[in-house]
Amino acid sequence: MSQATLNAAPPNAPAEKVSGPWRDAWKAFRKNKTAMMGLCIIVFFILIALLAPLIAPYDYKEQELVNRLQAPSADHWFGTDDLGRDLFTRVLYGARISLWVGFFSVIGSIIVGTILGVLAGFYGKWIDMIISRLFDILLAFPGILLAIAIVAILGPSLQNALYAIAIVNIPTYGRLVRAKVLSLKEEEYITAARAIGMKNSRILLKHILPNSLTPIIVQGTLGIATAIIEAAALGFLGLGAQPPDPEWGKMLSDSRQFIQKAPWTVIFPGGAIMLTVLGFNLMGDGLRDVLDPRMKS
Amino acid sequence: MNSYLIKRVMVLIPVLIGMTIIVFSIIHAIPGDPAETILGQKATEQSKQALREQLGLDKPWLQQYFNYMGDLLQGDLGTSIRTKTPIAKEIMPYLAATLELTAAAMLFATFVGVNAGILSAWKQNSWFDYTSMIIALIGVSMPIFWLGLMEQMIFALKLHWLPSIGRMDQRDPVESITNLYVIDTIIAGRWDQLWTVIKHLILPSIALGTIPMAIIARMTRSSMLEVMNSDYIRTAKAKGLSQFLVVYKHALKNSLIPVLTVVGLQTGALLGGAVLTETIFAWPGVGRYIFEAISSRDYPVIQTGILIIAFIFVVINLLVDLLYSAIDPRIQYK
Repeated sequence: MSQATLNAAPPNAPAEKVSGPWRDAWKAFRKNKTAMMGLCIIVFFILIALLAPLIAPYDYKEQELVNRLQAPSADHWFGTDDLGRDLFTRVLYGARISLWVGFFSVIGSIIVGTILGVLAGFYGKWIDMIISRLFDILLAFPGILLAIAIVAILGPSLQNALYAIAIVNIPTYGRLVRAKVLSLKEEEYITAARAIGMKNSRILLKHILPNSLTPIIVQGTLGIATAIIEAAALGFLGLGAQPPDPEWGKMLSDSRQFIQKAPWTVIFPGGAIMLTVLGFNLMGDGLRDVLDPRMKS
Repeated sequence: MNSYLIKRVMVLIPVLIGMTIIVFSIIHAIPGDPAETILGQKATEQSKQALREQLGLDKPWLQQYFNYMGDLLQGDLGTSIRTKTPIAKEIMPYLAATLELTAAAMLFATFVGVNAGILSAWKQNSWFDYTSMIIALIGVSMPIFWLGLMEQMIFALKLHWLPSIGRMDQRDPVESITNLYVIDTIIAGRWDQLWTVIKHLILPSIALGTIPMAIIARMTRSSMLEVMNSDYIRTAKAKGLSQFLVVYKHALKNSLIPVLTVVGLQTGALLGGAVLTETIFAWPGVGRYIFEAISSRDYPVIQTGILIIAFIFVVINLLVDLLYSAIDPRIQYK
């Protein structure tokens, strides 16, 4: 029989679904109830963030001083804040800010962390020495404190809070990638690639990076949760988003003096932070179980 | 062991030096003129120049760093711009307050976390297991500052069970000896004050300790489950030992190593979380000290405060590393 006939699919066979690592992972992920719950929460908040201008009944900046600190009602589902702004609207718009900071700070940390991690792991020697020590030093500071210091230097703003959070989390991804690259470097297929004369840059892009992806995805998902909390914490301390931005952490600190009179001003923004963070934590845990069984706790 | 200790401390040296470089650079990284940032735009050129001289900003960069290091090694942690007091002297009561709070939080987190983890593993798939793991999941996702506010709202403002802010009743101040009020009141034999101090500690330490508690509970559970399936536990059960002894005496010891790592790492994280907790509960600790320094642009205080917390963090991690061998003789250091 010729090679061609051996490989040809039998005629009229139903088109079989291609089975690949990602498809398998998705199958396993779907069976994981808590992970799916996490995904649903995340999708829910992403939809809210995207559709905020369509769903929100009011303008998030619109002040109605006559309606200060109104309890939740049919007009104002979550009540109003001390400037008479509709809290439901502000919580909806807050999702945009938190998700934006969460995603982009993590993407920033991942890009820089991956570059440094690959350099350290692949080239080794003094490059590794310098980069690894740098990671050690950054990790010697409690994250939020370092972020506070960075914002103290750059000045308080949402943008700077995002940079600070991204910088603080670089070593987490850097170390992860470095460890992965170190173990991949010894694999036989890398030796094979080298033996056929593949260039370093091509080996890195074609083999090492794609294979380092799984731990980054898992850590990145959990990292978004951390980043959202850190951004809210900076906002709460007045070092992140500035008024009138409806950032959840900032909303909490603005309302804390009315906590007894108007508890809803504190309950809803805080609940939104917790729920979003919970979503990313659940999904991250699930992804870890599915993609990287060895990391399973 | 001794040679390991020396090696481990040697590795720390570049990290410590790196830390001082980062902290030293804080003031130099301020965009524009630091003296103007600190004193404000209306400051006279004279006062700005005086501040530059006081902070040594008029000297070359490298010389500034060596001066800074020289001062640090002699125990001179700089002078606060706002209060004009040496920071080394000023920071002590704040440091004690933070240590007391973090110790209480860690005590809560470890005690509740470890026991909840053990019981969850012991009664795996029971309602207790499910409930405590759901609580742990929510706990991990809880923003400290929100939890703190909710606690204040419920237990202080609604139910009036516990005080909402502060370390102590202002009308009856504690006589400071160590600045750790729990110890000070015991030394003075003032049991009524001790009770007040403890009541002030409860809400902030639960707020600060919830995240580590949740992480410790999850870690203990999975670690216990692994150990409970091992042969020596089956042997212990076969000998007819009571369940309690098997779990708390035999299994616990071997599951503690990963738990210990988490406890150590979380203690460091607590030092960061303390900034938020201290802000909410008006707790006069280092976190608040640094935060107030940021608002008044008191950069020497920011630098020193951050350096001290990072230093404590590094020391705790070292201690945890050394504790491993004490708990598990199988781990040998070379």
